[in-house]
Order: sequence, then C-alpha cells, then structure tokens
Amino acid sequence: MNEKLMHRRKWNITVFLFIIIVVTYLSAAITNFDFIHGITAFPEAIGWIFSNLVITHGTIEKLPTILEKLNETIFMSIAATTTAAVVSLFLGIMGSRATKINSFLSVLARFVASTSRNIPVVAWALILLLSFGQNSITGYLALFVGTVGFLTRAFIESIDEASQSAVEALTATGATYAHIVNKAVIPQSLPQMISWILFMIETNIRSATLVGILTGTGIGYIFDLYYKTMNYNAVALVTFSVVISVIIIELISNYIRKVIL
Amino acid sequence: MVQGLSTTSHIKRTKRGRIAIKSGSKAERVIQWTILLFIVSTVMAFMFFDYTGLDIISAITETAYNIKVMFLEPSLSHFTWAEAFYQVGVTLGLAVLSTVLGAVIAFFLALLAATNLSKEWVSKSVRITVAFIRAVPTVLWVLIFAIAAGLGSEAAVLGMLFHSVAYLVKAFSEAIEEIDAGVLESLRATGSSWWHIVIHAVLPSTFTYLLSWTFLRFEINFSVAVAMGAAAGAGGIGFELFMASGFYFDLREVGFITYAILIIAIMLEVLSTRLKNRYL
Repeated sequence: MNEKLMHRRKWNITVFLFIIIVVTYLSAAITNFDFIHGITAFPEAIGWIFSNLVITHGTIEKLPTILEKLNETIFMSIAATTTAAVVSLFLGIMGSRATKINSFLSVLARFVASTSRNIPVVAWALILLLSFGQNSITGYLALFVGTVGFLTRAFIESIDEASQSAVEALTATGATYAHIVNKAVIPQSLPQMISWILFMIETNIRSATLVGILTGTGIGYIFDLYYKTMNYNAVALVTFSVVISVIIIELISNYIRKVIL
Repeated sequence: MVQGLSTTSHIKRTKRGRIAIKSGSKAERVIQWTILLFIVSTVMAFMFFDYTGLDIISAITETAYNIKVMFLEPSLSHFTWAEAFYQVGVTLGLAVLSTVLGAVIAFFLALLAATNLSKEWVSKSVRITVAFIRAVPTVLWVLIFAIAAGLGSEAAVLGMLFHSVAYLVKAFSEAIEEIDAGVLESLRATGSSWWHIVIHAVLPSTFTYLLSWTFLRFEINFSVAVAMGAAAGAGGIGFELFMASGFYFDLREVGFITYAILIIAIMLEVLSTRLKNRYL
C-alpha cells in the first residue's frame, strides 16, 4: 500500500463520516429529535419501567386470558409461516435460475416476491382490515403475504446455492423435471429452507404483536387494551409472556438448526 | 473367510428385506419431526382461530375490489404532495437516527460481547441482556417509552434504537469473532493496548461487514418506522396511512401512500445490493 492510496483512503473515510453526520443532523431536524432530551429521557424511562412495570398479585388473575390470546398469536404466526412456505416453495422453484421453467415465470415469481416483501406488514394489515374485519384471518393473511415475499427470496437463494451441479448431473442422465426437483433440489436445500422457516416464525411472532395492535386480535389486542386503560401491571405481564414465548421458540429453533445444518 | 466378507452386513435393510435408501441419521429424523410439527400446529391453528364476523366470499371480492381501487386509482385528498414528501422524510429520518445511533452503540457493545476480545462473564451478560431486549417486539418498546419519556420522536427513536442495538450487537459480535486469532495474538505479543487492537485490527478487517449489516438494518428500520407511525402514533407516513385507512376510509389515498412506501423500499433495496456488489 503506497502513500497515495493511504491518503485517498483516509480522505474517503473522512467524507463518509461527514456525510453520515450531516444526514443524522438533518434527520434530527426533520423529526424534531432533541439529542439532549433523548439522553436525559433515557435513564428516567428506565427508572419508570422498573418502578411501574411490575407484576403484582392482582394481575396474575388475568393470566388465563393473556395466555389464551398469546396462544392465538403463536399459532397464527406458525400457520402463516408454514402455509406461506408451501407457496414460496413453488415460487422459489420457478424463480431460481437452476430450476426455472421459463424466464417469464421466473421474473413473475421474483416480482411477486419483491412487491409483497417491500409493502410493509402494517400496510397489508390495514388494507385487509377494511374488508375482512377484526378477526384472526386478517392478521393471518397480513403475515402470510409478507412471509411469502421474504421466504421466496430466501428459497431462491438456497436453491441456487445448493443445486446447480446436481441439476446438471441429473439432466444429463435424462431425468424428468419432476424427478430433478423431487430427488435433488428439495432434499439438498431442505435444511436451509427449514432454518429460514424457523427464523420467519420467530420474526412473525414479533410482527403478530404489531399486527394484533392494528387489527384488534391476539396478544397485540390485549396489550393495547391494558395500555389504553393504563393498567401497567397487566402490560408488564403481557410483555413478559411475549418475551418468554419468543425465547422458548428461539431456543427450540436454535436446537433444530444445530442438528440439521 | 468368504462368509465374513458377505456384503449383507454392511447394507442397511428395511423390514421387508429391501435395501434402505435413506439412512436414518439424526439430522434426517429431526427434519421429519420438524415438518410433522409444522403440519400439526398449522392444522391446530386453523381450529383455534377466531372467525367472528367473517364472510369469506364477500371479504375476498371486497379485497379484490379494494386492491383494484388502491393500486389503479391512487390520489391524494387529505394532504398535499409537499406534505407527503415531508412525511416520508420524517419516516426516513426516524430510521436514520435509530440506525446511526444504534450502529455506534452496538459497535462498542459488540466489542464487549465478542468472546475473543472480552472476558467471558462480560460477554455472557451482554448477550443475555441483548437477547432479552430482542425478544420484546419493537412496538412494545416504543409504546413503553412513550409513557415513560412522553410522546414524540424521542420515544420512537429510543424504542427503535433498543431493537437496532440488540440486533446489531449480535451481528457485529459474530463478525468480530471471525477475525483471525493469529492477528490478535501477534498484536498482543507486541504489547499493543486493547484500543490499539480495536482500531488497527478489528475495525479495518470488519468494516465492510459492519457496514452491510448496518445498511440491512436501515432497510428494516424504514419499515419499522412506518409501523411505529401506524401503531404507536410516532408520525411520518405510517401515521398518515393509519389515518387514511382507519379514519377516512379513503382507499385512493391508502393506495398513494402504499406506492410511496413501496418506491422508497425498492430504492433502498437496489441501493444496498449496489453497495454490496461494489464494496464486498
């Protein structure tokens, strides 16, 4: 590395840092974010959390209702993920370079994945709420659409990565398309796919809380209810139950991932 | 002698005497159980669902109609183009603030969390704290901060920051742990201080990774910021989306806002793949 290159690199980093600082400052100006207030508010907020968000004996009575709603949320996220995975498997096979049937379907699959992924879950929830009303199906569909987008992209990548040479070898032996997909593509990319599905279930439980607040279903609804009636002890209990279930699901999926990958 | 070499003992056979094609390894069994678990819980989920007020056929036709109106006739009625730009700017601003501040804080915490740079108990306690923070959905953090710190961008940024930090610490510390142990050892042997190692070994060798994770988080934070606007009233385009659909029932405006969000999100994605191809 000569001196000139060093100099240029240093210059690049300075410009880069300068841009970041300007963009941050502009963002603070446009959102009315006050750094000093932000910093002073933080310890206060933490103090408030520790003194107010405590689970008392009175709130334990609400546990059955909370668990019922939590159950609904967890199953909603699992169902949305697994059904989306089935659709994504087809879209992924169509979209992947190794296994595509024709380029039109491939582009179509990628387009569907890109739009459904980039429109936020919130927008889907609000759109679906207008016609489906307040029930689990609204939340389920909102999660489903976003998950299809994400999983299709992930599946395309895992199929591309895993099966290029296997597909070529099987094509040379004269295997049919169905054979190639069934015997080479799916078995090879299955562990990767399951890992992505598990990851998506974890993500969806968190999004389901958000979708629940918007669509009035599941754990999000009950959180919103206690939040608005300022029953902060119950809010704490809801938060803890979400945390515990997310951590349990993470531990299970980490175990599965460790064994299969 | 010949009997001892017979191949039958080396091939696994099924009960009917056929050669077993699949080997019953642990990984395969776990995969089968996982898939079975997925199927069972999906079927159970559809039984648990609450179907109040659902008329599936009219809902589907209505959604199809709504989507048609939204995407084919988008227009603005409750605010102007200038305001729309401003609101998108607010959402982007929230995303920038929580990402930049989050990345800076996460870098220092990641140094503490990386096992090759820190003590074991420090690393463990940072990891456990971070895992706890990550398990609470962002919207709950924002709402909790909204009561504690008062409504406004501070609550939204602090809530989103919490999650960004937790996410980035995990990603950063994994990147730091992949640094060649020899580099660290040789620097330590020359008597370099901890900060010296961080500045001259850790930062240069992980910089591009850190940057690409940060940018990925920025993309996520943009959609999180939209969500916070809608669910926690944090302002920005998400709040307008919530008002347009929940208050005015103005499908054309919902369509316009959805397009605006979609365009920004796709631009960010294209930008990030460009950056990745160029620098990684």
